[in-house]
Amino acid sequence: MAGTTQKITLAKGLNMGLRKAMEDDPKVLLMGEDVGKLGGVFRITDGLQKDFGEDRVIDSPLAESGIVGTAVGMAMRGYRPVVEIQFDGFVYPAYDQIVCQVAKIHYRSKGRVPMPIVIRIPFGGGIGAVEHHSESPEAQFAHTPGLKVVACSNPVDGYWMIQQAIACDDPVIFLEPKRQYHADKAELDDTETPEPLFTSRVVRQGADATLLAYGPTVKTAMKAAEAASTEGRSLEVIDLRTLSPLDMGPVLESVRRTGRAIVVHEAHVNLGLGAELSARITEECFYSLEAPVLRVGGYDTPYPASRIEEDFLPDLDRVLDAVDRSLEF
Amino acid sequence: MNAPPDPTFGPDLVEVFGPSQSDGGPELVQLLTPEGERVHHPEFDLDFSAEQLRGFYRDMVLTRRIDTEATALQRHGELGIWAQLLGQEAAQIGCGRALRPQDYVFPTYREHGVAYCRGVDPLKQLGLFRGVDHGDWDPSEFNFALYTIVIGAQCLHATGYAMGVQRDGDVGTGDPARDTAVVAHFGDGASSQGDVNEAFIFAASYNAPVVFFCQNNQWAISEPIERQTRIPLYQRALGFGFPGVRVDGNDVLATYAVTQAALQRARDGQGPTLVEAYTYRMGAHTTTDDPTRYRLSDDVESWKLKDPIARVEVYLRRNGLVDDSFMADIAAEADELGHTLREGCKALPDPQPGAMFEHVYADETDELRAQREGFAAYHASFEGSH
Repeated sequence: MAGTTQKITLAKGLNMGLRKAMEDDPKVLLMGEDVGKLGGVFRITDGLQKDFGEDRVIDSPLAESGIVGTAVGMAMRGYRPVVEIQFDGFVYPAYDQIVCQVAKIHYRSKGRVPMPIVIRIPFGGGIGAVEHHSESPEAQFAHTPGLKVVACSNPVDGYWMIQQAIACDDPVIFLEPKRQYHADKAELDDTETPEPLFTSRVVRQGADATLLAYGPTVKTAMKAAEAASTEGRSLEVIDLRTLSPLDMGPVLESVRRTGRAIVVHEAHVNLGLGAELSARITEECFYSLEAPVLRVGGYDTPYPASRIEEDFLPDLDRVLDAVDRSLEF
Repeated sequence: MNAPPDPTFGPDLVEVFGPSQSDGGPELVQLLTPEGERVHHPEFDLDFSAEQLRGFYRDMVLTRRIDTEATALQRHGELGIWAQLLGQEAAQIGCGRALRPQDYVFPTYREHGVAYCRGVDPLKQLGLFRGVDHGDWDPSEFNFALYTIVIGAQCLHATGYAMGVQRDGDVGTGDPARDTAVVAHFGDGASSQGDVNEAFIFAASYNAPVVFFCQNNQWAISEPIERQTRIPLYQRALGFGFPGVRVDGNDVLATYAVTQAALQRARDGQGPTLVEAYTYRMGAHTTTDDPTRYRLSDDVESWKLKDPIARVEVYLRRNGLVDDSFMADIAAEADELGHTLREGCKALPDPQPGAMFEHVYADETDELRAQREGFAAYHASFEGSH
């Protein structure tokens, strides 16, 4: 296997990463609804039960609090459970276990009881789904001390980040942009050394303004930067990757250069990650800013019916509109 | 309005029960009556040595003393709150003493007697209630998890732990030092929680080696058992696909026997059991509660006659298994324990304020480190300013 290079989708990258983590550590277990024979509704765990058995790839009863709550117990027994929440909107039955138990047990026990759990959540919209299948709940978890929250945006990160999250001794909420699962392919060289998990990355360099994105909106931001370049505007794009903790180093360095920042996420703008990023950038880069930090996100409505979801989601034009407003300020 | 249960659903299921029928009904497993008479049961019966019986008595007396001292410490302002177990000593000692070292227990915040059986220093049980920590014993040292305050949440942890036990192959080997059972404690109020019901489903589905030990003390703060269930709780187990037993929770012998059988089923790989220990919360829900607002003293008085300790004392004395010096020794030991708890509690140090930043993560984040350092610098800025 070593040294192979291949073109993979995000779904494949995650699948390969899970497989590698299971090969590397016999304590790694997968659990969730339909993750076994079916391979998950998005096929992220495809083939893993066949190869690792029903004891390590566990089809669970249809109960999210049960999935997370039993994962807590398995972690206490020394396992490293990786659970799949089938869709973002279905994480709420497990919210109590995540916020009151997963996030707090290490603290409560004065560090005596580790909680190395990964909670995988396909998130974001744009797939024409019914209600509860397109949400972006990241701020609710980033607001909770004790949890770490990351979002991958591309196949190569999917492969590395899921392994790094599983190796992490803290609980990780692992957000996967479901719209990207089977969308684009990228070249994976599995002999490379990945960047550390809790780091942000400049994915496009620019000089006029900084776009901050994560998960599904990285692609949107990249498209916007490409379009802007045809008009002579140079936009820097940062893939945040980690939402809690935030890796502010690359962000602040960039904004000090460009003087302008625009945060792009699908989550509701009100008290979303953009609010925190805006506050921190203002605190740290006040005298470098040429314009207020702007936010482009989902409106403060429940996720709309899918026929109009493209009007809810940030797209290239809304990002460019914000860029215009920032530059004209 | 609530319709009466359909009588065609089965005569067993429409049994009237609850605080008004305080004998627990015909299915109640009992080995020692409230009057101290040893009775026998066709399924759950054991021979108890005099040593065991004296041990149960001592355990219950000391457990009650921990409880009464802690209650007094709350009244003196040394504890912020205390969750009393008064009346539930037999349920907890019977269960706690049936455990083997490798078994693992997931308690609520009221399992002081079980904690005592596991060897947790009673003083450590006070920290959470004094507000100096959230629980300060090492769970892996005692195979006793920290108290869980969210009602019922720990039943899923117990089930998951039991699933881990299965994966470790520590079930059904026949090796008494290896085969492992897990106990999930909860109460009648928690039986309404989704997490408890999900735990039942997961445990049944995977045949997990877990004993669901419900202390039905008849009250969830002010709400009587009738608000939680229309059928006896132990019968719920059938709907989930595993056996349920109602045991006299004020009878330490019966509770021990039934729990031991349930634990052995689990260790043997036969799956979960629900044990409903039928008892009564003689005190308040916690020291902040006032039960005179919602229940009759007649009820409490009738349960006083079923006291778990008194019946063992009667049995021991009547059968000449103890003498006055034994009883005096236990009383003196309880006094000593009380003294130790009083002095120890008052001496429990407050944590340093900076301790709030410790152990949030296994790997502290740069963000939190910065906050911690900022906090320290802020406090340091006041030094010498008084």
